[in-house]
Amino acid sequence: MSNEAVLHAPAEAGLHLDAHGDDHHEHHHHETFISKYVFSQDHKMIAKQFLITGMVWAVLGGLMSVLFRLQLGYPDSTFPFLQDLLGKWAEGGKITPEAYYALVTTHGTVLVFFVLTAGLSGTFANFLIPLQIGARDMASPFMNMLSYWFFFAASIVMLSSLFVETGPFSGGWTAYPPLSALGDASPGSKTGMDLWLISMALFVVSSLLGGLNYIATVLNMRTKGMSMTRLPLTIWALFFTAVLGVLSFPVLFSGFILLIFDRNFGTSFYLSDIFINGVGALPNEGGSAILYQHLFWFLGHPEVYIILLPAMGMVSEILSVNSRKPIFGYMAMIGSLFAIAILAFLVWAHHMFVTGLNPFLGSVFVLLTLLIAVPSAIKVFNWLTTLWRGNIRFTPGMMFSIGFVSLFISGGLTGIWLGNSALDIHLHDTYFVIAHFHIVMGVASMFGMFAGIYHWFPKMYGRFLNNTMGYIHFWVTLAGAYLIFWPMHYQGLAGMPRRYYDYSAWESFKQFTELNRFISTVAMIVFAVQLLFLFNFFYSIFKGRKVTTTNPWGANTLEWTTPINPGHGNWVGEIPEVHRWAYDYGKDGKEFIVQTKAVGADESHH
Amino acid sequence: MATTATAPITKSWSGGKSPFNVEYGKLMMWYFLMSDAFTFGAFLISYGTIRFSTNGWPDPNAVFKSFPFAPEGANAPLVFVSVMTFILIISSVTMVLAVQAGHNMDKKKVTTNLIWTIIGGIAFLSCQAWEWNHLHHEGAWWGSNPFLNADGTASSTNFTNYFFTITGFHGFHVFSGVIINIIMLIMTLTDQFEKRGHYLMIEKAGLYWHFVDLVWVFVFTCFYLI
Repeated sequence: MSNEAVLHAPAEAGLHLDAHGDDHHEHHHHETFISKYVFSQDHKMIAKQFLITGMVWAVLGGLMSVLFRLQLGYPDSTFPFLQDLLGKWAEGGKITPEAYYALVTTHGTVLVFFVLTAGLSGTFANFLIPLQIGARDMASPFMNMLSYWFFFAASIVMLSSLFVETGPFSGGWTAYPPLSALGDASPGSKTGMDLWLISMALFVVSSLLGGLNYIATVLNMRTKGMSMTRLPLTIWALFFTAVLGVLSFPVLFSGFILLIFDRNFGTSFYLSDIFINGVGALPNEGGSAILYQHLFWFLGHPEVYIILLPAMGMVSEILSVNSRKPIFGYMAMIGSLFAIAILAFLVWAHHMFVTGLNPFLGSVFVLLTLLIAVPSAIKVFNWLTTLWRGNIRFTPGMMFSIGFVSLFISGGLTGIWLGNSALDIHLHDTYFVIAHFHIVMGVASMFGMFAGIYHWFPKMYGRFLNNTMGYIHFWVTLAGAYLIFWPMHYQGLAGMPRRYYDYSAWESFKQFTELNRFISTVAMIVFAVQLLFLFNFFYSIFKGRKVTTTNPWGANTLEWTTPINPGHGNWVGEIPEVHRWAYDYGKDGKEFIVQTKAVGADESHH
Repeated sequence: MATTATAPITKSWSGGKSPFNVEYGKLMMWYFLMSDAFTFGAFLISYGTIRFSTNGWPDPNAVFKSFPFAPEGANAPLVFVSVMTFILIISSVTMVLAVQAGHNMDKKKVTTNLIWTIIGGIAFLSCQAWEWNHLHHEGAWWGSNPFLNADGTASSTNFTNYFFTITGFHGFHVFSGVIINIIMLIMTLTDQFEKRGHYLMIEKAGLYWHFVDLVWVFVFTCFYLI
């Protein structure tokens, strides 16, 4: 029996292959509001759902950082509006220590998982994979829809944890036991932590459903002629991201199951020899809190690449399109993505240098960690050489891409410091770490996401984002990111620990009072500019300048061969065949040659 | 896959077809099983870490030595679990036969072998239920361990904690597999696969079932043999 007949049948069976994008004719099928906007199985709509849910979380998570920066910048002041906003958590206009820790924890969880994982790879893997490989939809549109709704459920549970009486979880986004395992340890470790775990379990399911789909789609659904080495780098990056997620989230899941048992069923997987004030000695014996850290960071480190790789892929594409030059070192770019994906699994213990880890084992992890500098440097130099002597168009998407490269260099270099176990003894858990990972992973990936939104907005909504607002957004955010996080390196070197509620109590850190206030002020300005971006986004969906040609950026990839507003199924009629790689820019005197154009007889070889 | 690609190897990755000549569902199943293998791997490595950092551990021969309707004080170490393991492995054989029959579009044989597989799965789960119940009556549960270390010293509760968590997680997988197989049986009986012209769904269910069996081999080794 041959499988060929059924290879693509399931994905295409449920699709409406007629185009209904660029006109308003009535069609023989009817999409209701529910099937088009809510329980949609169209990858483009699911991408938008991920994006907008991610934006809601970005606003909430960002607002939380503004609130705790208010405490850090003005530890002696009271702000009556805080009591109106937070009630008993800001009695008299001052955030309580419990609320402060809850804000820090939720800010971290939400930004890492809900914004930069679901909001970033959820959006762009869904949107770009079928469009750029030439498929009508994902391998399984139904599972794809489920992936979003599991994320939605996770969001609802996380949101509800903000409103329980004892508050949301407050033990840090890493949820180390015993703080996370013992309800008596802190108010946030009670119901808030249970909801946190349920939410994260749902999130793992969402990520698994999505990841399996992305992998199967990239491998199986490429259009004729789209060999793996003709794929745009976005797809390679999203593919490796999905593989990382599929292999690392299950380990976190195991860790969480053991944590649930420790919390609720009297086990001692992570607990041993514990005494709690007011409760007394606990019977738990024989467990290891370090075990949780191993399980957590086996996900936790690949997770930073799950966040970063999609941004890298999109930046590679946008830099090439807007430099009007082929990406420099295409195969090296794939190779370095692969190397990063492999190394991502082999470096987790560099988060644990000071846990009492065997120094010899530590030195192995130092070596493996520093090895990541090699593929990272390859990527940086390839981006720079792509820009070199390019005919650069400074679109907002391009600005954010260049900003990404800048941030990745700045944040990556401090990674070399932190990767050394000897230096890490001094630097761990200080503001130096905060500065490092916010620049290299947080802000850089946000820049990648912004670049992607500005660049593909015309494909998403058939309109452009406003450029002026885009430039303001870019410059204020870039300057703000450096002004916020650069000084934190000095604070960290001076020994200022992270996660403290009030530094004014320490003589050593009084010197930073003004600096903390400055950082907080900039944080508020940067947050305000993100609201400007949101205004731009929603305004432009309805009132933005209309896209009039199918290929406004003059790009080679397949998504620009679809109608301006592609319907479910993406292409009218046949799916185009691919004849060349995605980066024929400036070849033989032509500005760009789309992938669907057959190779001419007199064409030079690359 | 028995079917080999007729096109040269360079063509199989060039788009327009599946490079492995499999439909997306089977590809997803393989990746899902890899993912699940990491879940079980994390559990078993955690178990190993804790066990080898603990001073003593109970001797499995002294713990798992009973069987249903055994006379008081019977000493039959690992006999019952060997029967359980045998049942699960036989159910894998019948699953293979069901998949094979599916290739030949033999509905009757698919049905028979699926029924045997389901019976095997339920039998395994029943055995596990009996064993859990028996251990529970001896005082073992999450957070309570009545068994002494092999050297006679008091044991940590992590022996039972890990035993119930991991065999429970595996049992849940077997349970899901039985449900999947029952759905496959219903789909076979209602001629859904005949209408599609292929029994590929059974193959995917089979992959899952074999995986669950394979995991048991590791769980069995780690808890009963070592």
